Amino acid sequence: MYKYDNYDQAIVDARVADFRDQVKRRIAGEITEDQFKPLRLMNGLYLQLHAYMLRVAIPYGTLDSTQMRMLAHIARKYDRDYGHFTTRQNIQYNWIKLEECADILEELATVEMHAIQTSGNCIRNISSDQYAGAAADEVVDPRPWAELLRQWSTFHPEFSYLPRKFKIAVIASSEDRAAMRLHDIGLELIRQDGELGARVFVGGGMGRTPMIAPEINPFVKADDLLSYLEACLRVYNRYGRRDNIYKARIKILIHEIGADEYRRQVAEEFAHVKTLGIDPPLAELERISAFFAPPAYDASDVEPDRSDPDFAVWLDQNVKPHKQAGYAIVNISLKPIGGIPGDATSAQIDVMADLAEKYSFDELRVTHAQNIVLPYVAKRDLYAVWQGLRDAELADANLDLISDIIACPGLDYCSLANARSIPVAQKIATRFADMDRQRDLGELKLKISGCINACGHHHAGHIGILGVDRKGVENYQLTFGGSGAEDVSIGKIIGPGFDEDGVVDAVEKATEVYKALRQGNERFIDTYRRVGMNPFKEAIYG
Amino acid sequence: MVEFRYRSDEVTEQPSVTLDAFLDQSNATAVRLEPDDDARALIPFLDRLTLIEVAFPKYRDGRGYSAARILREAGYQGELRAQGDVLVDQIAFMRRCGFDSFAPEASLNPEAVARALSNYDHVYQKAADAAVPIWKLRHG
Repeated sequence: MYKYDNYDQAIVDARVADFRDQVKRRIAGEITEDQFKPLRLMNGLYLQLHAYMLRVAIPYGTLDSTQMRMLAHIARKYDRDYGHFTTRQNIQYNWIKLEECADILEELATVEMHAIQTSGNCIRNISSDQYAGAAADEVVDPRPWAELLRQWSTFHPEFSYLPRKFKIAVIASSEDRAAMRLHDIGLELIRQDGELGARVFVGGGMGRTPMIAPEINPFVKADDLLSYLEACLRVYNRYGRRDNIYKARIKILIHEIGADEYRRQVAEEFAHVKTLGIDPPLAELERISAFFAPPAYDASDVEPDRSDPDFAVWLDQNVKPHKQAGYAIVNISLKPIGGIPGDATSAQIDVMADLAEKYSFDELRVTHAQNIVLPYVAKRDLYAVWQGLRDAELADANLDLISDIIACPGLDYCSLANARSIPVAQKIATRFADMDRQRDLGELKLKISGCINACGHHHAGHIGILGVDRKGVENYQLTFGGSGAEDVSIGKIIGPGFDEDGVVDAVEKATEVYKALRQGNERFIDTYRRVGMNPFKEAIYG
Repeated sequence: MVEFRYRSDEVTEQPSVTLDAFLDQSNATAVRLEPDDDARALIPFLDRLTLIEVAFPKYRDGRGYSAARILREAGYQGELRAQGDVLVDQIAFMRRCGFDSFAPEASLNPEAVARALSNYDHVYQKAADAAVPIWKLRHG
């Protein structure tokens, strides 16, 4: 894991002092809410329906047990004893008092954490593959690159007032676990003729106009990457639309001028920017990479005892192969049946921290699907880990199944929402509570957003649900066929919307159609892609 | 009105003209860029300009930051002024992009500005100012 040096620490400490002063001015009435808004937004503080919400950055979703315990401590001391892990691998606290914000940031800074650029029209937290460093199929660990980008983008003087927010994801596997092409910039690290570099995709995103990022450059060398990204951002900052907030993301610019024209403009800008000497030497990437060296593996390759049937189910569903023999990747589901997707209590956060410290070389990851990963667990320890999780009600064996739902906070918390997301997620999970039934349905990614902004990734759901407001009544539209993985696609609306119970029924009917029509090992989405929408529509509306 | 200026030369007396007017005539030595204007249009004329004023009609419109860097990167040495909805918490970023004078619409507290400019001892990235990025300090 990356460790701050004095420079990194000084910047985070300075930001705490800076923000303390801004909050003080606000509370004293020296600045208005209007003037305070851009300042708090640069620091992840939102005014929501009921209270302030603070979003804390978890860079590329990686943290150690000390940091994880701090997240529990903050939930306990400053919030209502729980936190909410988000689709951008961050954590949000929903019940924060303005006057305590600076204290929270100060506590976070003691464990090398912050809330810098977790909101605002700037470059947001860099996201990555939750299996980085552990995945058998990766070309290289993407996290050093993500850390390089974190530093480059922190307080970037030119790109802090972009037309709109800007999200970057970095992966290094052909399997995409980070929805890379649904980001403003997606980077896939590859090796070409022995040299490392990045495939650069620009202009993806969800929101009201979902788009899959086109490839803008097939290979940018490591030591050109920051210059190339500056060029990408500069073209956007200068020419991205600012007349309409809904057309301000970079995807709209690229859609309007075309990928070829954007590529040409970036190439021209890059030729200039490259002369400015803004790229750090490769030694800096090497310095950062040293922090991400593989842990001291020492376990022999033994298969765990499967005699406990609950453990065996969990093993099959939530544990994934590791690149190191004798080790496994453990997924901790934050999707208990009837629970709130992504929520964890302080006590649960502490348990996960303890297990990471004892069994996962002190490391955890947050996933964009709002779950937690222990990336380096010896197979001999899997049963002990499972027992620890089970005792904390964290052993739901539903990874990637229909109840592993991504949901935004929705109208229960969010001031932008049109409809509630959480109760729909709870009802669907409850309807499919039977594990055998879920496992029979197999991988089925269901994602719920409470408004068109699509924070719940409904466009990328095999089944997506979008809550809208229809004449004052919550209404839910269904989409099928989306994917945020390497088979990326945008879901299509299947027909008129439903009320809350109606959409649960419709989802159930869709699963019946799938079961009737599936061939071989087809997943729901494979069957849908093969047979098209009609059989599903007939069953649901017929 | 210029409230903060970080240059030692004389303030130019000539009123600034629009980019179109400048490109049409011009013996003007001061020009004003609106957010829509392409700063690169001025590159052939930088030697004879003493003031470029960049308008910020709304603080949220960040195009002026790119305009400033482009001008400095092209070698412009004259006064580069941010005018309009310029707030205290933006001044440090603006300085880093090459602005060296500020004419905020709403007057700013000089102490707050001084504090904003001295809050951070180090920066992560190279920009249009003299600040040495942290990666360079790390690697010499």
